Amino acid sequence: MIRLVNMSKSFSTASGMVDALKHVNLTINDGDIYGIIGMSGAGKSTLVRCINMLEKPTEGSVILDDLPLESLSEVKLRAVRREIAMIFQGFNLLMQRNCIENIMLPLKFSHVPREQALARARELLELVGLPEKERAYPAQLSGGQQQRIAIARALATNPKVLLCDEATSALDPKTTHSILELIRDINRKLKLTVIVITHQMSVVQEICNRVAILENGTVVEEGEVDRVFSEPKARATQSLVYPEVADGTLDLTAPGTQCIRISFDGADAASKPLLADMILSCGIRASVLMASTRSIGDKTYGYMLLEIPGGPSDLAVAVDYLTGRPNIRVQITGSYDGKEPLA
Amino acid sequence: MNFANSFTTEKLQEAWDLIRSEFLLATWQTLYVTILSTLFAILIGMPLGMILVVGDKKGISPWPQPVIKAINVIINLLRSVPFLILVVVVIPLTRVIVGTAVGDVASIVPLVIAAFPFIARLVEGSLREVNPNIIEAAQSMGATPMQILFRVMLPESVPSLITNFTLAITTILGYTAMSGAVGGGGLGKIAITWGYNRYRYAILYAAVILLVVLVQLFQTIGSYLARKCDKRLRT
Repeated sequence: MIRLVNMSKSFSTASGMVDALKHVNLTINDGDIYGIIGMSGAGKSTLVRCINMLEKPTEGSVILDDLPLESLSEVKLRAVRREIAMIFQGFNLLMQRNCIENIMLPLKFSHVPREQALARARELLELVGLPEKERAYPAQLSGGQQQRIAIARALATNPKVLLCDEATSALDPKTTHSILELIRDINRKLKLTVIVITHQMSVVQEICNRVAILENGTVVEEGEVDRVFSEPKARATQSLVYPEVADGTLDLTAPGTQCIRISFDGADAASKPLLADMILSCGIRASVLMASTRSIGDKTYGYMLLEIPGGPSDLAVAVDYLTGRPNIRVQITGSYDGKEPLA
Repeated sequence: MNFANSFTTEKLQEAWDLIRSEFLLATWQTLYVTILSTLFAILIGMPLGMILVVGDKKGISPWPQPVIKAINVIINLLRSVPFLILVVVVIPLTRVIVGTAVGDVASIVPLVIAAFPFIARLVEGSLREVNPNIIEAAQSMGATPMQILFRVMLPESVPSLITNFTLAITTILGYTAMSGAVGGGGLGKIAITWGYNRYRYAILYAAVILLVVLVQLFQTIGSYLARKCDKRLRT
């Protein structure tokens, strides 16, 4: 478990002190895939660097399993850093070393015998699905492959925590998806706690179970991803979940507005025209207010915001129909408060 | 004695005789003085360059800043003294180290003193070129400053170091020729004392052409090695 307790970080710059983080309190449980999302400049990168003390918090505490990291000596801190691995947007592999040597690097740092390190590195190449790239140099690999090697390198010392700093931001959607799948896989197989820093809502939606929204160095909202997405409270969250709402082009709070937010998490879209089916078989009306979906292979990811104009009973029918479709999550939003029974 | 008279059959014959008897030794002297001076200069300059980067106040293991400032001042001071003057100024030191201030071996002392600050700056430049994100990645793995220097920064900057050492060795080769004017040995001495001072221009040009060939040779080998070992260029 990682706890950030009243953590603040200030930098002195030419134009005076800048508060990058202000009194951040977060608890990340073992096994979580915890998303930290915010616009650029919100303090995400600083926050993640405080977790492994690459940046020292000016105030407050970072507690890893009851161990306050800010009080550790440099030597002890280095030992702890082997338990908190990190991957980056730019992969940061050694360009003059081949893949196997890159993966062995953290093992060399901790003086693991060469034979043992080699065996471990080969195991990890297998895990990330690139066993044939042992002798290849990073420059010969695609971005996605480089990130896989970086993940293998991060896992070499059997860490408890994996920090991902915009790890998929330099990748195309298809590769992003495959890397996220790999991270989820590792999270399950190795019981690894993962902290994902991103500016992309889609990344949080795809793999995170909890999320914190960071704005101007402050956590403005925190909770289960489903909850945060269905009822975004803070303005920053709303502008991430529903950019049009934040723009003022869409008003979900108008009386009587009934909306459903459908998240597609690899739904089989090619063979099943979901919306058309719902409208035809249930006989209700629905209009699409917003949609941000993308297809990867024959699967759909992303979300849609539907307005159901027909009153609570139609809303109930729609929710009923959509709930239970494979790989689709349904959330009711808009001004409907949920108190009145739906059907 | 004028310029055209220097290229008569007789003069050329005389030059050819001298080239056959003296040039092999002179070339050898130039080569070993250049290579030894470069090696000693790297031995002194490289650690200084590493300290300047690692010990920088924003480096991976900051040193007391007065030490860093002192190193910088010494380097700048030595870099600003013209080589010909430096050779004369360090004569007492040369006598202490070599026993004499004249000859090819003696010229190694001023050459090293002139070249190590240059090498320190080149090494500093090469190490500063290393992607700071890669260094940060190594820190996140729990690497010590020494491990970062020797397992990350130096391996990553090898192509750049080879390019810079090539630049250094060709520069030092030029300096050896200059030291020929003030008591050093090698091709520079032949060009100046046998060729220029005695109006034997054929000998002067022969020596200059040989120096040009040597510089070309070092540059070609250095560029080839730098390209060969840079793994970023592979497709």
